[in-house]
Amino acid sequence: MSVEVDMEKCMHCGACAGTCPVNAIFLNDLLPEIGSDCTECELCIKACPVSALSLRGE
Amino acid sequence: MSIESEEPPFDTEEYDLLVVGAGPIGSMTARFAARNGLDKVLVIEKRQEIGTPVRCAEGVSISWFDELDIEESEDFIKSKVLGAKLYSPAGNTVTIGKEIAGDEVGAVLERDIFDKRVAMMAAEEDVDFMLKTQARDVMIEDGKVVGVKASRMGESFEIYADLVIGADGFESQIGRWAGIYDTIKPKNIMSCFQYRLTDIDYDPDYTHFYLGSDAPGGYVWIFPKGEREANVGLGIQLSQLDGSKTAKDYLDEFIDKHQGLKNGETVDMVAGGVSVAPPPESVCMDGLMLVGDAARVVDPITGGGIANGMKQAKIAGEEAAEAVKKGKVDKKALSRYEERWRDRLEEKLWRNFMAKEKAVELEDEEFDMIIDALSDADLSELSTESLLKKIGEKHPEMVESFEEML
Ligand SMILES: Cc1cc2nc3c(=O)[nH]c(=O)nc-3n(C[C@H](O)[C@H](O)[C@H](O)COP(=O)(O)OP(=O)(O)OC[C@H]3O[C@@H](n4cnc5c(N)ncnc54)[C@H](O)[C@@H]3O)c2cc1C
Repeated sequence: MSVEVDMEKCMHCGACAGTCPVNAIFLNDLLPEIGSDCTECELCIKACPVSALSLRGE
Repeated sequence: MSIESEEPPFDTEEYDLLVVGAGPIGSMTARFAARNGLDKVLVIEKRQEIGTPVRCAEGVSISWFDELDIEESEDFIKSKVLGAKLYSPAGNTVTIGKEIAGDEVGAVLERDIFDKRVAMMAAEEDVDFMLKTQARDVMIEDGKVVGVKASRMGESFEIYADLVIGADGFESQIGRWAGIYDTIKPKNIMSCFQYRLTDIDYDPDYTHFYLGSDAPGGYVWIFPKGEREANVGLGIQLSQLDGSKTAKDYLDEFIDKHQGLKNGETVDMVAGGVSVAPPPESVCMDGLMLVGDAARVVDPITGGGIANGMKQAKIAGEEAAEAVKKGKVDKKALSRYEERWRDRLEEKLWRNFMAKEKAVELEDEEFDMIIDALSDADLSELSTESLLKKIGEKHPEMVESFEEML
């Protein structure tokens, strides 16, 4: 399980990347890449201004 | 994080200075470094266009333009205001005049044009820019940052420089890859959303700030972009978001309650994160300096980062040039930068951080009382002391909790 990005909602703002406590998110040209360091703390999910992030499988 | 390094797509030269991020602060830093004697300055930016998409409400003071050698232009100053109006949840209001509204109101920019203009100012000093180029990691040798691993349109390569400056905004990954600082606490992060609305009814002569539970731990702003057009947005403290409602949900609710805004049309949507953390202990290490949002110099009360960042950028550029010219870029040699920017900004950053810590705890009724107490104040002589005195006349119990701050 990890964090999943809804491409239709994502506005490429980087709020998730700056929030991630383990620096596991990188905003590339197209979308946030969630790295393998993700601890599923869900902070990025709360920080996302448009709820584009969720735990995979939920 | 590691990236296979291949042959660079260009002659890898040693740069005097590499700046990561072509936001206004990165470009301005590069400009002053070049102006002060560095020949080979490179700015890399991961976006394909400088300045877009805009992630800002665009409200600034412009009192620092002269100091930064920026010429005012209608190209990037969209409107000017007479002052700021604050609203409490019950609808009490107070108007603050221009001369006392502080650093963050005054003008409303077109950030996309402004950011490009600052890049042009740097280019005029022979700074090189490389777009669509992302830094993916920092390279450290013997504890010193010597460059970054980058990728550009499918190619990976290494860029070496005598000194690296992280101007990579809220994401601030350069500083974190290098291990300069910890992460920001959720209570010091604002989740923001904004619409640029057109065809609305409002007073375009003022910036407008709505306090209280419309935006828990933050505020709603309306910043004029024209007679019938404005940036309408808000920031919510991350620790007050439980996952059931987003910043956008809060803003949609606010707009729905306001007749003048409700029938407007959206011409732009903006999301973003803002740090309202206290200034970090250090923004330098051997071979690396941080500046702007990456150095967390955003004003914790207003969330405005442009003015502070720009003032810091000039100091950063000047000191970067000195350090590289002397061939000394260790943390100790960079301490002049730390000292100078802290002299300039740190006291107010701390004061406003403490004020923010108090303000986020206020209940709606308390905002009502405060704004009510201020509404008949003589706001031409506004200072923290006179403000608290004024509130204390009506509500002595409220002032107690603030007194320790003074
Ligand atoms: C919704 C919102 C409203 C705001 N309103 C205001 C306001 O009204 N007034 C105000 O003064 N401030 C405001 N701010 C804050 C303001 O936007 C910032 O303080 C300002 O943009 C800081 O400039 P900067 O150059 O430090 O960073 P940025 O403008 O964020 O620029 C950083 C640049 O670095 C690039 N970058 C990041 N990582 C990499 C990498 N790894 N490789 C290459 N490039 C990279 C980014 O693409 C970006 O272009 C607001 C912020 C938000 C989110």
